[in-house]
Amino acid sequence: MLRNKSSEYLFLAVCLTVLTGTVLFLLVLMADLILDGVSRLDYQFLTSFPSRRAARAGIAPALVGSVYLMILVALISLPLGVGAAIYLEEYAPKTWFSRMIELNIANLAGVPSVVYGILGLQIFVRYFKLDRSLLAGALTMSLLILPIIILTSRESIKRVPESIRDGARALGASKWAVVQDHVLPLASPGIFTGCILAFSRAIGETAPLVIMGALTYVAYLPDSVMSEFTVLPIQAFNWISRPKVAFHVNAAAAILVLLTMLLTMNAVAVLLRNKFETKLEL
Amino acid sequence: MSDTNWLYSRRTARREIKERAIAGTLFLSAAVSIFVTIAIVVVIAIEGLNFFSEVRLSQFFLDTEWTPLFHEKHFGIWPLINGTLLVAAVALVVALPLGLLIAIYLSEFASTRTRSFVKPILEIFAGIPTVVYGYFALLFLTPYLQKVLPDLGAFNALSPGIMMGFMILPMVASLSEDALYAVPRSLKDGAYALGSSKLQMIFGVLVPSALGGIVASFILAMSRAVGETMIVTIAAGQQPKLSLDPTESVATMTAYIVQVSLGDTPHGSVEYYSIFVVGGMLFLITLFLNFLSFKIRDKFSLSFR
Repeated sequence: MLRNKSSEYLFLAVCLTVLTGTVLFLLVLMADLILDGVSRLDYQFLTSFPSRRAARAGIAPALVGSVYLMILVALISLPLGVGAAIYLEEYAPKTWFSRMIELNIANLAGVPSVVYGILGLQIFVRYFKLDRSLLAGALTMSLLILPIIILTSRESIKRVPESIRDGARALGASKWAVVQDHVLPLASPGIFTGCILAFSRAIGETAPLVIMGALTYVAYLPDSVMSEFTVLPIQAFNWISRPKVAFHVNAAAAILVLLTMLLTMNAVAVLLRNKFETKLEL
Repeated sequence: MSDTNWLYSRRTARREIKERAIAGTLFLSAAVSIFVTIAIVVVIAIEGLNFFSEVRLSQFFLDTEWTPLFHEKHFGIWPLINGTLLVAAVALVVALPLGLLIAIYLSEFASTRTRSFVKPILEIFAGIPTVVYGYFALLFLTPYLQKVLPDLGAFNALSPGIMMGFMILPMVASLSEDALYAVPRSLKDGAYALGSSKLQMIFGVLVPSALGGIVASFILAMSRAVGETMIVTIAAGQQPKLSLDPTESVATMTAYIVQVSLGDTPHGSVEYYSIFVVGGMLFLITLFLNFLSFKIRDKFSLSFR
């Protein structure tokens, strides 16, 4: 049966149906979301605080919280992650300890996000007494995306040709001078691309922040790293969980804002990657 | 002469100190990941011991009810594991066949142009935040499914399972495609030389040769499905029970942790400790699955050398 040509065409037809069906499903979901939420998207929605009345509610604290959280996460996870990647690629001796760090990072990348949530709850919220602050949330999220940042940064550093390091060393550059002046500049577009994708994971993530106790109702803008806060996905989650349809419309609109943020970040990442590719060809 | 030598050595010494300080800092940032793992294990162990000082181990593993938030508390973990695996099973039923078909299509039939066009679209599925899938499952998919299955509850295992399947689909497709791609050309040529048709080559040689990598991708997808939180929290309900019926409301381990976190559970109560034990079980299950997937791929990739 597998022999004749018509069964091959049949198989190909099944494959194509599955593929177009999957893509169509995605389009239908997006269309449904836009139809549900777009009417609610206006200046009032973006600048208002949460309210018991769906029509007067807005996402101002969640939007500001998401942006602040991402900035803090970037400040914490970027130096830590890139530092770890540089160590593993350029410095680490081939010992069992380096191997253990590598295995451990690969393993952390597969730990479910709720586990980071209970870790953040116990370590940052309770032990370090940071409470349900923006800082505690950012630290938790940073740990969550750290393995991704390390893995993608290592890939970019690996792609810098060895000849460039050799050339710098031949001119008497120290180990750090090689990294600082040659490896990092060449690897940085790739590193930033990977990091932007990791940060976009951080703004979309909900569960760890819910578990560490980020609020679902915040009637003010966060004014310091110790402020209580909420973020867009939590606000959306809160509205989805309510029975009234008007709040579901709000949720759809909040999700549209969230997806727009993610799309922008991904576009920036793709632009950076394209620039990097042409640079390597030179 | 001796003057400049002294200056020179002092400069090298300073440079040496700076180099060492930098190396030390970089080492510390790499070591953070070790601390994270240790912290996860310690936190789960300490709070877990607190839990088991109040709940007997035998109850945890033998009781068939999980009702920590009720007046009459039961702490049998099986209903939560049941719910977790049920939703994951639905997700796998969606993601495995579709993912494998797409992988075969991309690696054997699609042109380079089609691949460069299809793969980023599939990646969109993996990039959508899980809370958005929860929205789709509860407010889009469940109402549609209810027209076909009138008995379907507003909260059920089916709808979040299906959405989760689409979420893990790109991972299955991409990892399976890598496995198919790694099959040496000589094996395919050998099959053709013996007179195989394309389908005979695919199902007789290609897929069996790549089976290790494909199975590894399935197991990784299962690990992802088990650890997924928001879709089930939103759309599966909160009913821990022993049941294999996907049209009923279930509670997963992840959804239970979120449910407790949302309530005002006093710090130091058994309910509070219970989220660490459930989190610990989840950590162990995903760790086991990830390790299994890694081992299978490792063993498989060696067999061609």
